Amino acid sequence: MNDRVQSTVKRVTNESGLEVQPLYTADDVAASGGDAMIGLPGEYPFTRGIHREMYRKQPWTMRQYAGFGNPQDTNQRFKYLIANGQTGLNVAFDLPTQIGLDSDDPLAQGEIGRVGMSVDTLRDFEIAFDGIDLDKITVSMTINGAAAIAIAMYLAMAEKRGYDVKQLRGTAQNDILKEFIGRGTWIFPVEPSIKLVGDTIEYCAEHAPKYSPVSVCGYHIRESGATPAEEMAYAFCIARAYADEVIARGLHVDEFAGRLSYNFNIFGNLFEQVCKFRAGRSLWAKIMKEEYKAEKPGSMWLRMIAAGGGGGLTFEQPELNIVRGAYYALISALSGTQTMALCSYDEAYTIPTEYSARISLRTMQILIEEMGLTETVDPLGGSYYVETMTNQMRQKMEEIIAETDAQGGIVKLVSEGAIQAKVSAQAYRMQRDIESGKFPKVGVNCYRNDQEDEHPVEFHAYNEDDARVQVESLNRVRAERDAARVTRALAAVGDAARAGTNVMPAIVEAVKAYASVGEITQELVKVFGRYQEPIRF
Amino acid sequence: MNDTTQQRRIRVLLAKPGLDGHDQGAKVVARAMMDAGFEVIYTGLRQTPEQVSRIALDEDVDVIALSSMAGSHLPFCRKLKPLLEANGLDDKLWMIGGNLPAQDHDALRELGFKGIFPTGSKLDAIADYIRENAA
Repeated sequence: MNDRVQSTVKRVTNESGLEVQPLYTADDVAASGGDAMIGLPGEYPFTRGIHREMYRKQPWTMRQYAGFGNPQDTNQRFKYLIANGQTGLNVAFDLPTQIGLDSDDPLAQGEIGRVGMSVDTLRDFEIAFDGIDLDKITVSMTINGAAAIAIAMYLAMAEKRGYDVKQLRGTAQNDILKEFIGRGTWIFPVEPSIKLVGDTIEYCAEHAPKYSPVSVCGYHIRESGATPAEEMAYAFCIARAYADEVIARGLHVDEFAGRLSYNFNIFGNLFEQVCKFRAGRSLWAKIMKEEYKAEKPGSMWLRMIAAGGGGGLTFEQPELNIVRGAYYALISALSGTQTMALCSYDEAYTIPTEYSARISLRTMQILIEEMGLTETVDPLGGSYYVETMTNQMRQKMEEIIAETDAQGGIVKLVSEGAIQAKVSAQAYRMQRDIESGKFPKVGVNCYRNDQEDEHPVEFHAYNEDDARVQVESLNRVRAERDAARVTRALAAVGDAARAGTNVMPAIVEAVKAYASVGEITQELVKVFGRYQEPIRF
Repeated sequence: MNDTTQQRRIRVLLAKPGLDGHDQGAKVVARAMMDAGFEVIYTGLRQTPEQVSRIALDEDVDVIALSSMAGSHLPFCRKLKPLLEANGLDDKLWMIGGNLPAQDHDALRELGFKGIFPTGSKLDAIADYIRENAA
């Protein structure tokens, strides 16, 4: 603790393990490394933002996560959100789709359309995006294990509707390494999974150069128990693994790095989060420039969605989550993120209703219209505290990356379950600290409403009939499609996988023939096998 | 408490049913149960009712606990109940935790899942419940 404030105050450490001082001055900035990494927005190392004018030119994209039931239900929700001012879509798929099962698979029973929309064939994409202008509304898809198939379906659907795929923007999450750490929608073993990510990056670089084939996620690693510094450091390690995979195929970093994007989490201490994003932006730029010898500024940009995370929301007094969401949105705006999303106040209970999704959207709109958050770039830049903590967070992240590399690298550590065990141990300690009151959580371990009933949350109704409708729709497509073309296309997917060549061209042809998610996945499983989870916690 | 239960630690099967990949909570509970002195068999993700029932039998557990976050708890438990009964495991303690709407608790209880620990439950409360109710 610095000596300007007497040591009568309690020692405070943030979640990333850095001590927080009661007062910061220019001396602290100098001691933490000075102002060498601050720079200007739009200029290397991009601490203050990847663009010069940031939100003056265009406010952040508002992209609430949405999807449930069958594609018709989801199409209606998309149109509702767009009508209410949402500027991008983030598609939630149901679990069978995410792990490559058709709706008539016995393992899909009871899960169809429950946590997202159900997709079997290209027909479902056509229905889900019907009437939505794909030039005006960019679409992000939260899909990982089955991402290669979903990307193929999206490109095929857009092409069929007359869009030029070369100009098409959009994002697939497609970050399989983090699925092994948390979230769990893996299908294939680690190595072929990374190869598949490489295939999508390589394919898009050539055929859909404006499409973002990967959104590397610190978000779910944080939800699984990582600290904010680990969240970002592990995400960078994972992004480097994908970059290495593609570079090994002969691509130059500047051919693909500009389309890599990121997905990060917001909950916890406001300043720690803002400094995390500012630090991360400059560290990623430094990694791309110094380690990967990138030359294009776009290759060095940390383009990101930052989402108010479910991990910060509470089951208790759920209406307080509206307030938390507003602070998370403020953090996101202060951090200069490209895209914003908020978990809705009822998400500790259920899929958001139209009402709660609209509150999240309005929360972001209030920041744009009323609070002046779009007027000035990096408004916290120059604060002694923020600049010192930004330097310290960057150093912390560099330490974590060096440690990960020294232990054999992220791919090895994830394959062994070592990262999983580490973050799970931290999640356990945090839960104990919350239950003991050591880590305060309003409504949970302090300021509880023990005397009154909780304010009731309206439940999103699950339509049991959606599953039957979806299976019927799949059967209709199967009856109508050209069976011989499907057989040929599926065989070509298996052939490409066996030959070790890029499977994307064959998958694109298969989805155009209306082969299903499950059928294509089966062809790949025959060659790649299935992942066996290391049970470590 | 008789002599045999004093010698034998309570054995808890903790399973992740269905396709749900959210295992942070299950792993936290697994650690808490180990700290409480129980033996924990954690299955990992994507267990079918048949797998849960078979592991419960093979591992000779006292407690069969599920962690469900993605809404498919009722269809899963409806399939699991007859399988557990067929394996003669109806005298074991059946529990479930996770994202379980209050409106489903009666149905879960009727299916035989007596211990219901929705989001927000305390780790010590889960351990205490097992200590009091496991054979």
